[in-house]
Amino acid sequence: MNLTLKVWRQPNSDAKGSFVNYPAQNISPDMSFLEMLDVVNEDLVKKGEDPIHFDHDCREGICGMCSLHINGRPHGPKQAITTCQLHMRSFQNGQTITIEPWRATAFPVIKDLAVDRSAFDRIQRAGGFVSVNTGGVPDANAIAIPKPVADEAFNSATCIGCGACVAACKNASAMLFVSAKVSQMALLPQGQPERYKRVQAMVTQMDEEGFGSCTNTGACEAECPKEIKITNIARMNRDFFTAKFFKQEEA
Amino acid sequence: MLTKTFKNDTLMSSLKDTFTSSLGKKLIMALTGLFLCTFLVVHLIGNLQLFKNDGGKAFNDYAYFMTHFTPIKIVSYLLYTSIIVHALYALLLTTANKKARKVSYGAYNGAANSPWTSRNMGILGTVLLVFIVVHMSNFWYEYHWGKVPFVEYRTDLSTGQTTQTELAAADFKDYVKYTDNGVEITRAKDLYATTAFAFQTWWLVALYVLGMAALSFHLIHGFSSAFQTLGWDHKKYVPLIKTIGIWGFGVLIPLAFAAMPLYFFFCK
Repeated sequence: MNLTLKVWRQPNSDAKGSFVNYPAQNISPDMSFLEMLDVVNEDLVKKGEDPIHFDHDCREGICGMCSLHINGRPHGPKQAITTCQLHMRSFQNGQTITIEPWRATAFPVIKDLAVDRSAFDRIQRAGGFVSVNTGGVPDANAIAIPKPVADEAFNSATCIGCGACVAACKNASAMLFVSAKVSQMALLPQGQPERYKRVQAMVTQMDEEGFGSCTNTGACEAECPKEIKITNIARMNRDFFTAKFFKQEEA
Repeated sequence: MLTKTFKNDTLMSSLKDTFTSSLGKKLIMALTGLFLCTFLVVHLIGNLQLFKNDGGKAFNDYAYFMTHFTPIKIVSYLLYTSIIVHALYALLLTTANKKARKVSYGAYNGAANSPWTSRNMGILGTVLLVFIVVHMSNFWYEYHWGKVPFVEYRTDLSTGQTTQTELAAADFKDYVKYTDNGVEITRAKDLYATTAFAFQTWWLVALYVLGMAALSFHLIHGFSSAFQTLGWDHKKYVPLIKTIGIWGFGVLIPLAFAAMPLYFFFCK
């Protein structure tokens, strides 16, 4: 396959970036999208040019590191996969592919296609955990949890924090990420003691980071590689309003 | 343990905290939006009297009642406030949302993951705001402070026959309804005639139909979106909310409203 890549190049967070066109030649349709970029980068290095900087780690869709906005959609044209799981057979020979970083003020560009997602870490640090006293290991399944509830908590917990929800949202809102992290613990008994403090603390941190608000377009849910549902957002709102209007505990 | 601490000792500081948050602002949008939806239902039911073939008697009686019954007047001020707050918060949220993405995408395929209506609530809302200003200056302002003709209805209570005559401004003091010798006499401001006259202008009719199209698309997303914001997303009720939002508020109500200018333009 021969393709034209229209890639966002930006030397650092302060510089103004722009699109640069690169040919991608002799690409196998069986390559993953990141392998295709590796091939292009090898050529660039051989020519003595600066290779395209992009985030990647596990390359099996579980680490949440890869983050490309491909032809107007986060993680490319397929559903429920990350960029590293996207293969070149999803594109046609001769096609021009636009590759951009996630665009959000809260995710500043580090270089080229890599963005700084530490805003998510700070939100997690504000309340995305349960406090557990040290001591003996508790028995597994000592606390009975209904299967549908456990399943839902598990589904929420599958969020890998890649930021595709923010990238897809027209408002660059982080509600899907935050609500998944709130939900996975709000649903389980271990999350109850800090439930209402947690939601307030995490929402406050989310606002401080400069993410947008939710218009309920559903774009985040449609683009999420882990298919996190927007029912999580409704749950987060419910918990937040409950905390603010009906609970005494302030975060 | 959670280390972040806030000092919300008083109700006021807690409320301020709540309504300056992104979720709190959306709560205001949802609540004012749903209140405006309930108003639409009442407004539609009342205005259906325009279709009654009685020379506008029922409609003019209704117009007087709506502008002079105290509880309704109180609700009407709540309504004006809601419109302003809804628009103002939309502006605040939109500004903040624009700030959240200062550099826009070179390629953005929103159609691949979200409905058009949901991405254009601001544009639809702006069209609606223009419509509301035009609509209120056409009828609300005219009825209160403008030049509305006056009318007298005489209904023979034994036969039920009604005759109507236009009253000169000098002969009209205030709305009255009384019975004299088996004849019910009503003198009122003739908002019905104002309506019938206004909707002889083709571009005004077109503007009203356009306004109702915007209302339709705004509510197809807006009604169910408000429930999602409130966190009312129980599996049992979501299909019902979606059905009411799309077919009730998105189709039936805008169609019925749009039928009014069209009825006067083509049938009167």
